[in-house]
Amino acid sequence: MLLCLTAVCLFCSAILAVTYAVTLDPIAEASQAKTNASIARVLPAFSGNPELLSVKVGDVEYPYYKTESGVAVLSTVNGFGGPLSLMVGITGETPEVFNTVVLSHSETPGLGAKCVSEDFSAQFKGWNPEQKKLQVSKDGGDVDAITASTITSRAYTLAIANAVEAYKAIAGTNEEGGQDNE
Amino acid sequence: MSKLGLITKGFVKDNPTFVLVLGMCPTLATTTSAMNGLEMGLATMFVLILSNIVISLVAPVVPDKVRIPVYIVIIATFVTVLQLCMQAFVPDVYETLGLFIPLIVVNCIVLGRAEAFANKNSVGDSALDGIGVGLGFTMSLTVIGIVREILGSGSVFGWKFIPGDGILAFVMAPGAFMVLGYLMVLFNKYLAKK
Repeated sequence: MLLCLTAVCLFCSAILAVTYAVTLDPIAEASQAKTNASIARVLPAFSGNPELLSVKVGDVEYPYYKTESGVAVLSTVNGFGGPLSLMVGITGETPEVFNTVVLSHSETPGLGAKCVSEDFSAQFKGWNPEQKKLQVSKDGGDVDAITASTITSRAYTLAIANAVEAYKAIAGTNEEGGQDNE
Repeated sequence: MSKLGLITKGFVKDNPTFVLVLGMCPTLATTTSAMNGLEMGLATMFVLILSNIVISLVAPVVPDKVRIPVYIVIIATFVTVLQLCMQAFVPDVYETLGLFIPLIVVNCIVLGRAEAFANKNSVGDSALDGIGVGLGFTMSLTVIGIVREILGSGSVFGWKFIPGDGILAFVMAPGAFMVLGYLMVLFNKYLAKK
């Protein structure tokens, strides 16, 4: 009995070890390619593999990637159905949002989940937070919310606002923290 | 039983989803679109075939007392192999199915076939049984996925033919139960007639 269990376990661990060794590099490559694809969407063209850095604003740590033309900040807030993770590309001296992309979300299909579509996110392209207020129009800002999904739109907007704060901190011009919507 | 019979049995008479009602968790959760259903079915089929083969090989020498642990270890191994391979070569698919790949370990279909078939039949027959049940599961998931995608998003395999939103409930959990229930009725009615 013992012998049998030992033999099966040895055999299985051997298979797993081989598979792990074979897939290690492709998995790393695939995740790198995915990150680069996201960065390429939110920032102008860049070369090489941007390094993952991080900045602390208030109590929250924001991971970010730096390229020649700007910074891609990873910003996570609470959405309607769970965490909403965005990558926000910011460029220039007066921070300007270049583009945003949703990395992961658990919003309601057909309602909040529309935040991944261009219809909603395109409005943030070239957004300058100094001139246009980063708040949904219901709260007195300039962001057009998704119909019937104000909470998701608010969360999306907050994630961008926090990313802008993080960008300022990276540039060394901000001491305040981002907001928390918990 | 004929070799062909072994395959068609899993497809129709012992259809794991509509007749045996096994493996409901991935069935309900991953069939939001036809493609997801198909991918989940194929992933399960891969594990099913390999675990059936290996279990029928080792079954004669495994003492009865440690039977279940041995089977689970074997199944878990193949699931992990599948998970790593998917992560490496089809990362997009892995991302959509996510959590449900590791959950194949506890899918009743896989352990059920090991217990009910693979441990008392030859390697060849077990492999065919794995293919049959696997195809049956894949077919069922794809059909549920197609129906839910048509009603919920107005598209089939991502090809949109009704503009705008569909009936949202069908993309979410309640729609999964409804579609599954109605398909089960139709399927069994058809079987009873034969």
